[in-house]
Amino acid sequence: MASAAEHADLLIERMGSNPLQVLIAIQKAFNHVPGDAICRIASALDLPLSRILGDVEFYGFLSREPLGVYSVLMSDSITDWMLGSRELFLRLCGNLGVSPGVTRSDGLATVGKTSCTGMCDQGPALLVNGIAVANLTGDRIDAISRLMEKKIPLVAWPDEYFHVESNIRRRGWLFQDWEGAIFEGEALLQEMTDAGLRGRGGAGFPTAKKWASCRDAPGSERYVVCNADEGEPGTFKDRVLLQHCAGRLFEGMALCARIVRAKKGFLYVRGEYRYLEAHLENLLAARRDTDFEIELHWGAGAYICGEESALLESIEGKRGIPRVRPPFPVTHGLHGMPTVVDNVETFCAASAIAAGGGREFRSLGTAGSHGTKLLSVSGDCSRPGIYEYPFGVSVDQILEDCGAGNALAVQVGGAAGTCLDASEFGRKVCFEDLPTSGSVMVFDRTRNMQEAALNFSRFFARESCGFCTPCRVGTEILAQTMERISEGRGTGEDIFEIGNLGNILKASHCGLGQSAARAVRDMLKKFPEHFEGTVK
Amino acid sequence: MKAISLDGIMAPFAEGHTVMDCALAANIPIPHLCYLPRCVPHGSCRLCTVKIDGRFASACTQPAMEGQHVEIDTEELRQLRLSLLRMLFVEGNHYCPSCEKSGSCRLQKAAYDEGMLDLHYRPWYPKREMDASHPDILIDRDRCIFCELCVKASRDVDGKNIFGISGRGTDTRLVVNSKSGLLADTDISAQDRAVEVCPVGAILVKGLGFEIPIGKRLYD
Amino acid sequence: MIRLATCSLAGCFGCHMSFLDMDERFLDLVERVEFDRSPFTDIKSIGKCDIGLVEGGLCNEENLAVLKKFRENCVILVAVGACAINGGIPAMRNHFSIDECLAEAYLDGVGIENPQIPSDPELPVLLKKVCPVHEAVRIDYFLPGCPPSAGAFEVLLEALLKGETPELPRNFIHYD
Ligand SMILES: Cc1cc2nc3c(=O)[nH]c(=O)nc-3n(C[C@H](O)[C@H](O)[C@H](O)COP(=O)(O)O)c2cc1C
Ligand code: SF4
Ligand code: SF4
Ligand code: SF4
Ligand code: FES
Repeated sequence: MASAAEHADLLIERMGSNPLQVLIAIQKAFNHVPGDAICRIASALDLPLSRILGDVEFYGFLSREPLGVYSVLMSDSITDWMLGSRELFLRLCGNLGVSPGVTRSDGLATVGKTSCTGMCDQGPALLVNGIAVANLTGDRIDAISRLMEKKIPLVAWPDEYFHVESNIRRRGWLFQDWEGAIFEGEALLQEMTDAGLRGRGGAGFPTAKKWASCRDAPGSERYVVCNADEGEPGTFKDRVLLQHCAGRLFEGMALCARIVRAKKGFLYVRGEYRYLEAHLENLLAARRDTDFEIELHWGAGAYICGEESALLESIEGKRGIPRVRPPFPVTHGLHGMPTVVDNVETFCAASAIAAGGGREFRSLGTAGSHGTKLLSVSGDCSRPGIYEYPFGVSVDQILEDCGAGNALAVQVGGAAGTCLDASEFGRKVCFEDLPTSGSVMVFDRTRNMQEAALNFSRFFARESCGFCTPCRVGTEILAQTMERISEGRGTGEDIFEIGNLGNILKASHCGLGQSAARAVRDMLKKFPEHFEGTVK
Repeated sequence: MKAISLDGIMAPFAEGHTVMDCALAANIPIPHLCYLPRCVPHGSCRLCTVKIDGRFASACTQPAMEGQHVEIDTEELRQLRLSLLRMLFVEGNHYCPSCEKSGSCRLQKAAYDEGMLDLHYRPWYPKREMDASHPDILIDRDRCIFCELCVKASRDVDGKNIFGISGRGTDTRLVVNSKSGLLADTDISAQDRAVEVCPVGAILVKGLGFEIPIGKRLYD
Repeated sequence: MIRLATCSLAGCFGCHMSFLDMDERFLDLVERVEFDRSPFTDIKSIGKCDIGLVEGGLCNEENLAVLKKFRENCVILVAVGACAINGGIPAMRNHFSIDECLAEAYLDGVGIENPQIPSDPELPVLLKKVCPVHEAVRIDYFLPGCPPSAGAFEVLLEALLKGETPELPRNFIHYD
């Protein structure tokens, strides 16, 4: 086998000049990124070494130290915990005789943890060499351990291990079989405006307005970028859209490209969905649009890259550090050029409006939130999966449909979202009341919300990009405080401090830090009895 | 001329100015660490956080806009600054009594100005690598606050591009652009702007330690 | 009379020396307060006090026990000096393991004769990490400095004796 440095040359020739994509390939081939490969990539691409090193040390799926032949990352989302992932993690470590995060001395395996893998409706889940294995049980963990001990390559593992369910439980307007496009260009923009389409990634910016701003911004190039980073714990609807509606998605991107006059687009998919690679590459290869090219760009284990400006940095091959805003991506986006960044569902909805017009869309939903929303429902319910509802659906309705008879709390919007107690289940999912990218996690009456608070606080500390003081330090202090509380060493002062940290975090540079203490504060306020017993 | 209100004082501004630019021009102090005039601001330390029409914003990156009401010297913001400074102290290793920068350190001065008497949080005592390889210059990462001023100065002023920031979250670290990762293998010189610009004692010129007597130092 | 106790944990007695630098003003102080446990009195155990001044951080079990006694017995507890507030110079050992520190001090260091690690049961057990006093008990006031100046001690005590909240003027705040 060629040395890592030689391999890097080859990869750059074959894959082009994007350092992050080359690094992901090196990691795959060598189970780590050796120093000589870092140097070679830097010199071949004429970039400072620190840029390449910075990538390796930033992205969770890249490593400077050699990992095992099998590198396992257990999904550490709260929904995984609720399904027993922590016990399974210990069982796997025990089976293989490894300590968490430490590669076995014979180099066979490394077992660590990663944030939510987007398999919440079929957890617990893990990634083995980047590929998802869901529906874990004790037996499956034992079987996987044996396969690894026997050094059976992944391709020879039973197919069912890699099977990912779509679990589409409720279909609505978006999931119809939309074909073609009647509306294009100006007419489409008008139709989208009339329909009242707003972004589905969380912030809810009017989509037509974004596209028009990009079209009108000065620049020699323009880009259309689809955000399929989907890192918010409890969200997995973009995964299902990529699986079933990627054609509509590409159509939506192409329609946008024609409006803003972009020749190049990127689909930024989180690394956790790597198993979709062949599917997506095939569909892209079958596209016959020569005016607008779409390139796949893989993430590598960094939640922050879902933030649009961090995502653009990542496509540029840098660490995913959010940019100063303003200027916004519509005027200064990829390579400083006007860029549209939209969520998968937003592009799908736009192309469906192009195919069927905006009238029906407008008639659905509430006064301020038109159309439908895909919800990813997980946690304590008998039918977890994807539910498409018109905006305005009540939490009660969702609970009834998903079979959650005994709900204590519902977390809407993921770790960065809002925690509701039973008195609030009449609230409605829409931009005016409960805005969300689609994560709905149900906790039943057997649960202790302190666990969720602990899980979310660790999540933010692990995913903070480290750029700004309040978030880099504050999320870690918050997580340490929650750890103390859950180990029974907390004090009343710790509880008070959590409130303080919430205020400080609001001074953060981006949305991650700004919302990092939100759920924990909600839980403290609404379920104080879940914390009292453990606090001195 | 357009103007914004800074704690009730009207300050004029020109197109493209930030809130920090206005404040500096109007001689209204806003504490700051990662901002330096004539250097592109990026807003990482957040010490310059102000409240504009009810929302936090970093003054160094926030464009001034007609009609803004900017709060600076309020109890809420003083508490926030104090907390941010404490955070910067606990995440690193700041033993001022044995630091050559003491007395001329901008972090220390900012903490004095805000009346910081204690850490409040538990110090982390992180283990960070020291780089003493260069004959004239020392890197003590224990004191680095990731302001990136050295990165920008070396790249944009010295034209050498010697520093970079790597890692993520609490593992964020200052790195050197050389194969060995050591400063000795770069063409840095003690006269470089990158050395001078470090606000804390993380990049120091060797052999000058404790040269200036206590009482005569920059911020004494 | 107001009762005052002082102690030095993992410190160097520098703060105490600086306290004494109040010179003749110290005599006034002695008129107004009664010293309980303190290196100045050589009283070894603390009784009920109004004010306790703690110099130094925590590096061993004994430090921790003394600190807890001070907290139990003092109405107002003040952390005095850099070491009490952030661990100070002794905390620089936190970058090494205890074994490494002991080996350097007693086995491998320069000029050591008859190398052996002391193991007398009288010696207090070292804590894994040196830490500031506010990690173990509630602290009411902090007096930074390495050491705090005599003037700073004066400002602090003057206010406490009057029953006021001490406000350290800007020029008395320093960390070195
Ligand atoms: C920390 C953070 C993470 C985010 N993650 C995602 C994500 O995974 N997917 C997404 O579409 N938007 C995400 N966003 C929102 C994006 O910044 C951006 O608003 C969105 O992609 C715009 O698309 P839309 O208008 O179609 O919603 C995130 C924002 C923040 C602050
Ligand atoms: S808030 Fe957190 S994630 Fe966002 S820039 Fe600051 S450190 Fe990075
Ligand atoms: S860098 Fe500044 S704050 Fe840190 S130890 Fe040195 S003087 Fe103190
Ligand atoms: S070394 Fe100094 S100038 Fe450079 S980032 Fe650290 S604190 Fe800033
Ligand atoms: S000076 Fe503005 S964020 Fe640092």
